[in-house]
Formats: sequence, structure tokens, C-alpha cells
Amino acid sequence: MHVELKDIHKSFGPVRANDGISLVAEAGTIRGLLGENGAGKSTLMKILSGFSRPDGGQILLDGAPVSVTSPAEAIRLGIGMLHQDPLDFPRLLVLDNFLLGSPGRWIADRRRARDTLSALAGRFAFTLDPDSTCASLTVGERQQLEIVRLLWLGARVLILDEPTSAISAPQRITLFAALRAMAEEGKVVFFVSHKLEEVQSLCDTVTVLRRGRVAGELSMPYATGRLVELMFGRDPQRAPRARVTPGVPALELAGVTLSDARLTVADLSFQVCAGEVVGLAGLEGSGQHQFLQACAGLVRPAAGRVRVAGHDMTGRPFREFLAAKVAYVPAGRLGEGLIPGLTITEHVALADRRRAVFVDRRAAAQSAAQRIREFGIRGTPRTTVEELSGGNQQRTLLALLPNDLAALLVEHPTRGLDVESAEYVWGRLLERRARGTGIVFASSDLDELLDRSDRILVFFTGRVAGPLDARRTSVEQLGELIGGAGF
Amino acid sequence: MAGVTATLGLGAVILSFLGASPLEAYRLIVTGAAGSPERIAYALTAWAPILLCSAGLLLTFAAGVWNIGIEGQVILGAICATGTLRALEHGAQGWVGVMLAGLAALLGGGGWGVLAGALRAYGNVNEIFGGLGLNFIAGSLTVYLVLGPWARTGIASTSGTLPFGDALWLPAIRIPPFVVPAEVIVGLVAVALVSGTLGGARFGLRLKAIGKSARAAYIRGVPITREMLWAFATCGGLGGLAGFVLVTGAYSRHQLFPLISGGYGFLAILVVLLAGHHAGMGILVSAFFAAVSTGSLQLPLQMQLDSSMGGIIEGMLVLVVLMLRGLLSRLAGARR
Repeated sequence: MHVELKDIHKSFGPVRANDGISLVAEAGTIRGLLGENGAGKSTLMKILSGFSRPDGGQILLDGAPVSVTSPAEAIRLGIGMLHQDPLDFPRLLVLDNFLLGSPGRWIADRRRARDTLSALAGRFAFTLDPDSTCASLTVGERQQLEIVRLLWLGARVLILDEPTSAISAPQRITLFAALRAMAEEGKVVFFVSHKLEEVQSLCDTVTVLRRGRVAGELSMPYATGRLVELMFGRDPQRAPRARVTPGVPALELAGVTLSDARLTVADLSFQVCAGEVVGLAGLEGSGQHQFLQACAGLVRPAAGRVRVAGHDMTGRPFREFLAAKVAYVPAGRLGEGLIPGLTITEHVALADRRRAVFVDRRAAAQSAAQRIREFGIRGTPRTTVEELSGGNQQRTLLALLPNDLAALLVEHPTRGLDVESAEYVWGRLLERRARGTGIVFASSDLDELLDRSDRILVFFTGRVAGPLDARRTSVEQLGELIGGAGF
Repeated sequence: MAGVTATLGLGAVILSFLGASPLEAYRLIVTGAAGSPERIAYALTAWAPILLCSAGLLLTFAAGVWNIGIEGQVILGAICATGTLRALEHGAQGWVGVMLAGLAALLGGGGWGVLAGALRAYGNVNEIFGGLGLNFIAGSLTVYLVLGPWARTGIASTSGTLPFGDALWLPAIRIPPFVVPAEVIVGLVAVALVSGTLGGARFGLRLKAIGKSARAAYIRGVPITREMLWAFATCGGLGGLAGFVLVTGAYSRHQLFPLISGGYGFLAILVVLLAGHHAGMGILVSAFFAAVSTGSLQLPLQMQLDSSMGGIIEGMLVLVVLMLRGLLSRLAGARR
């Protein structure tokens, strides 16, 4: 099958996730889709597989325009998608999961299905026991089940969205071999990833997406530098900056291990000093978020110690971190940072730590008005925070921070902000740094990381490289590290 | 308003289908609730517990939780009030006993509310399921008490404990020709206090913050577990007071009996569902519900219709209003 996407557009509110993407994939090839988080890869593939409808553009299969209105319609057309987290039913048996979604039958032919399952699994060296429950499988095995299910349903176009993020190395080898075998059978495989090395070793052609557009298309063999450049773009302008001598440690982690369902960050030691800026680089979901939350006291490390200004705070409740002058500005400006439905005045009143029964509305409103003036927020004290634009929400978050902070932890300080707002936000952050606050921020903007940090930690699937000296690191070096080279 | 009209229209269809004259039925409901000073007094008696429960539920609703356990909290209040009155019946002055019974009901209902809140906060039990379970326990407890330790001597019946003498009744205020049971004042004061709390107190602001986004409120430093438990405690306390007035109100039965909560708590949930954060709206809606509930008692007497018609009208009003709201927000979404 020959797949053609023509001028696909898709917006979510003001965000153009896909902004005129066109690409052609021939039968019997593996096509890589490479790009940062938010580049538009998943959106494009969800459109191809019927999970969402495009705002504009066309999908052509073997030259004929088709309308993919639902995942069921997609599979009828021969398009199957394997999602980042396998969409299965953990409590059901492998065989039952295999049978689910099989069309137009009241009574499932279990014996035939069992034979087909074994035959398909055998062909790709997958090890699947039809009679165990899905919950007992590893993520890799659940992927294998989903792949054979899609093939059985007649998929000739197979889409894999970040399939290797949670599977073991041997499973990855099996998976890649299976994908190559499928391509040889004449199928089209779309392989969505942000890992350079995987794309380089597996894909015949790579389409690099950046900010919803096609940044370029490369074929084997690839030059890593060129891929990095297409992925992140580049801006050779390095702004001059003031040197600040770091003071005493503001926040320290010693031998910290963080663990959640998806990821483990093991044995990490790190410190940020008063007046220092440390940047956290890495693709989203590589461990930076868990790291910042542990610094903020929102998650408890599985092992290791956390110290704030020399005091051991390991395992202390979050409010004690607040009292120890650690502040956290989360990526989710609404719903994590700010409370939708409340006004700026109400946020100010909420932050008031005095013990009083009643809210001093007038004082809160005055304080809000003053902060609005000082931070140039486009809004009034009575504006609810969801009415503010992203940039003004970020300004509001900064305006609500306490004056005196030991450590300030910020996720994506300038994401989605225009240049002027971004400059303003950094002006404010650097003011605090000059007053002796240690700042740690996560960002996916390489220029921001290199321009603003003194030191940089790079995260890749839970492992950490660095710290690097930001002044002696180039965009290329950083980009390669983020893509996993050298880990 | 559109909701009320649509509901009355739909009710009329159902009534005609049952072979009854809708106009006659509605006339009976109105006169049943407001036809004489005595009937008005009965409607007001029904209004008071709904007001008290609604006041409490406005708090939990603001905090974004569904305190389905309100029925059990009403029952616990009734039990604690009854227990206190039984203990003090012959020892203390009437009004002292009544005041202490009110306090006991407040604490008992509040404690039962904290239990539902704690199950949610520490046991990870959704407050809806926890509340339902606690309702069942409270209900069974009344049956046990009425049949067991508090049974009337020589009678083993679930009809109730021995009624209290009129020294232990709440007063009724006479404004000829009307009679206003005192508990109505208590209910209105409770709604006013809650309204003030939500509008101006730090506790109210924190509850609103938790209701809008518990995660963000937590990150902003609001002690969400503590405030949530206080919301459950206050709501349960007000529910407990509702149980207290159901035992001691001038026109009540002055005894503990199974199902004493009478669905007032659930009715109050519907009131808050309709009124949202508006206390004034809550007062109006609860008055409407109280009137329909008492007025519809005339239907079986005069028209061979079941009094559950009142419940049908109340339920339909809720559904119609929610549907209208859904339609309006969908229209607004489509226009955008």
C-alpha cells in the first residue's frame, strides 16, 4: 500500500499541532517520524489512524482519497496504530484481548483465533501465552499482542508511537526484526520516535517534524549532526551574560533514587547553590519532572537524602518545603500552578499565611493590583486566571511567589511565550538569582538552556549526564546528548 | 424558570396519562402546602431539615465532593439528640436538655461526616461509596435502638421510641394567623452563615480552591486534607442538627424511629445540585421542594393518586434543569 498525506492541518485552540504536513510512504518501507515533544508526530499519526479528524488536508491510500473517521474505519482500510501505552484490558486473557475488536461476529471462534494467534506470534518470534492474563505481561509483550492483533485484523499500514520507551533491550531487538519482516512483506511501517539512534538503525527514510511542520526528509545513511539540526533548529546568537559567583548550597540531593510506574532515576547526587542557575535538558518524560518534584518535596525519593539550605528534609511533608523557602512553578500553569475559576485577588488571598478567620478582601485586592502593575500582567484583580493568556499566567505565577526564596524550581519557564514575555520572565528570574536564590529549570529549548544556565544536567530515559558547563557546550553536543548519544 | 415550566408541562402529560386532571392535581398540591396556616406550618416543618442539610452540602459541594453520607449524618444527629434527651428527661430543665441535645446532634452528625471524609482522605474510599455504607450503618443502628435498648416497655415494634413530653419540644412562633416552627429560623441562619463563610472567610476560599483544583490548591500550600475534613465535619454537623429538629421540632413526632431522615438529605443534594454555589437560590429551591413534598400528600386523599407524584415532580425538575444547562453549554460551545 502507498500512503500519502497531503497538507494536513490540525489545531488545538491557538496551537497549530500540524501546520500543513505532507509526506509519501511507499509499500515495503519503514518511515521514521522524528521530532521533539510537541512537534506534531503523534497528532499526525492519530489523524492517519482515525483517532482525531484533521482540520484540513487529505489522506490518500494507493492514490485514492479516503476519509478515516474512526479507528474502526482505519482498520477496515488497513491502518492500525500501536499506542505509546498499549490500549488493552489488563484483566482479560491474552486470547480475549486478541479477539476484541474483531468485526461482525456474535460468537467468537476461539479455537481458530488461538491457532491464528500462535501462528502469527511464531512468525515474528513473539512469545505469547494465550491463556495468561494481560496484566501478567510486560509492556513489550503487550505490544507484541497488539501488533499481531492489528495484523490479524488486516493492517497493511502499521503505526508505532514511541514503541521502545518502556521495553527491554532484547524485546527491542525482537521488535525491530519483526518490523523489518513486515516491511519485506510489503507493509508500510511508521515509526514515531525521538531517539536518534533507533531511527538511524531502523528506518529507510526519516521525516523530521518541528513545530507542526516538516523540517526536512533524510534517507539512509544519516548524518547525526544534520538530524539534530533539523530537529531543534539553531540560533547561533549567544547573548552575553553576567558572571555570578555561586554561594552556599541552596538545595542538595545525595544518592537519590526516584521511581514511578514508567521510569526510575537511580542514585543521583546534585546540588544547586545560592545564585546559580541549573538547566535540566532532555526530552519530556526522561525524568526531569520527577526530579523537580522531588526537589520541591512533592514526591518522596525511594532512597537518598534531600537537604535544603543544609537541613535534612528527606521525607518531610510538602508544606515544610514551602516553609523552608522552596518554591515550585509547574508546567501546567492552569490546574497545577493556578486554580482555574479563582481571580488573581483570590490567589493572593490564598497565599496569605496569617491566621485570620476572614479574608481581607481589600488588602488582597490592593496587593493584587500592585503585583499586576509591577509584573505588567494584562488583567485586573478580578480577572479569573483562565481568562489570562499563557504569558500573563506565567507572569502571575511569578508575581505570586514569596519574596525571599532559597530555591526556585521552574518547569518550562517560557514555553508558549512570545519573545518579549520570555525575556521578561527571565529578567525576573535572574533578579532573584542575583538576590541569592538557586534556580533549577527544565526546558526543551536548547538555546534557553545554553543561554540561561550555569550548569546543565541532561536526562535520557531516567539516566543523567553532566553537569555540563553551559559556556563550553554547543547546541550540537547538547542535542546529541538529549537524543541519547553517549548514554 | 424555564425548567419549572417544562417540568410542570411534563408532569401534566404524566398526570393526564394516569387519567387525572393536571390542573386539579397542581391545585391540590398548592393548597396542600399553603391552603391553611396549619398546612403552611407543616410545609415549614419540612423546609427546616432541607435548609440545614443544604447549608452543609453547600460547603462540601464547594470543595468538589459529594457528601452522599448526609442521610446517615442526619440519622446520627437524631440518635444523639434522642439519647441526650432520654438521659436528661427527668434531670434537667427542658430548655437545657434541648440545647444539649442540639449540641450532641451537631457533634454526632459531624463525627459521622468526619468518618466519611477520613475514609476518603486516608482509606482512599470514594466519599460516595463511603457515605452510602455509613448511611446503611446509621439506618440499621436506629432499628437496633428502637427495637432493643430504647424499645417502649412491653412493645416490640419499629414504630419508634416513647415520644417526649412537650417540655422537650422546640418552640413555635405565633404570628397570627400563622405559626412558624423555630427550626426554620435555625435553618435560615445556617444558610446565611454558610453563605458568609463561602463569600468571605478564608475557610470558604480554601474550600473553593480545593473544589476547582485540588492539585493546584495543594501546590499553592492549601492544607487540603485538613480543610476537607472540616468541610465534612461542618456538613455532617448541620445534617446532625437536621436530625435534631426532626426529633424535637414542634410538629415532629418527638421520637426516634427508623428512616427518620426521611430522604431530606438526598433532597438537599438535589437542592444544591440545582442551586450550585448560590445560597439564595438554595433557599428558594428548598422551599419549593418542601412545598411540593407536603402538598402532594393531599393527592391520595382527594384524587386516588399516590403521593409519590411529588417526588416525580422534584426529580423531573432536577433532570430538566440539568438537561437545559447541558444543552445551553453545548450551544455556547457550538457558537464558539
